[in-house]
Amino acid sequence: MAAIVSILHRVSGVFWILALPLLLYAFEHSLQSEQSYLELVQWIKQPAVIAVLLFWLWLLLHHFFAGIRFLLLDLDLGLSRDAARRAAWLVHLGSVSSLLIIIGMFL
Amino acid sequence: MQVASGLSAWLLQRVSAVYIAVFLLYVLISLAMFQPVDYQHWREWVSHDYRHLFIALFFIALMMHSWVGGRDVILDYIKPFALRLVLLVGLGLFLLWLLLWALRILLAVAT
Repeated sequence: MAAIVSILHRVSGVFWILALPLLLYAFEHSLQSEQSYLELVQWIKQPAVIAVLLFWLWLLLHHFFAGIRFLLLDLDLGLSRDAARRAAWLVHLGSVSSLLIIIGMFL
Repeated sequence: MQVASGLSAWLLQRVSAVYIAVFLLYVLISLAMFQPVDYQHWREWVSHDYRHLFIALFFIALMMHSWVGGRDVILDYIKPFALRLVLLVGLGLFLLWLLLWALRILLAVAT
């Protein structure tokens, strides 16, 4: 489990680096003009797009919580095998629950 | 090359991570509170006061954080020197280009 968390941490990081141009493109479009803003909003509302965005958000949250776990390991917290395993599960729990909370906030 | 070597890379990654985390949390709460539902409000939210400066800082932190992370991945998995060099330079230029783009976007809104 800890190994999965670690590799996902890296994979999500690489994913996000690749996603950055799209993020900036959307950011630019949202600010350019009323028309481009409305076009963007319309595009985002499509179910396929929402699904992809949620996946990206989950990747980000996982990266974030796995990162905190690494930070704690830096501080020598959670070094034992049991603690590391528990922390790995907490990373999954944290990312899924925050994803659900954020979805709830914006519904 | 002394850019982000050893201890300084580690520190850079942690510090930028903290700023990104705090900033994203701030954005989440701020957007949930003010709910800019149309173009005008969104533009105002982004350019409000000194917020666009914090957003600029966010992009700087993001690129630095991505550089350290991406560099680690390249160094860990790519062994041939020439390929490493090409990818590292490529990544560096890519992130720098993105940063300049982000700053250009913010400049357009702030003025």
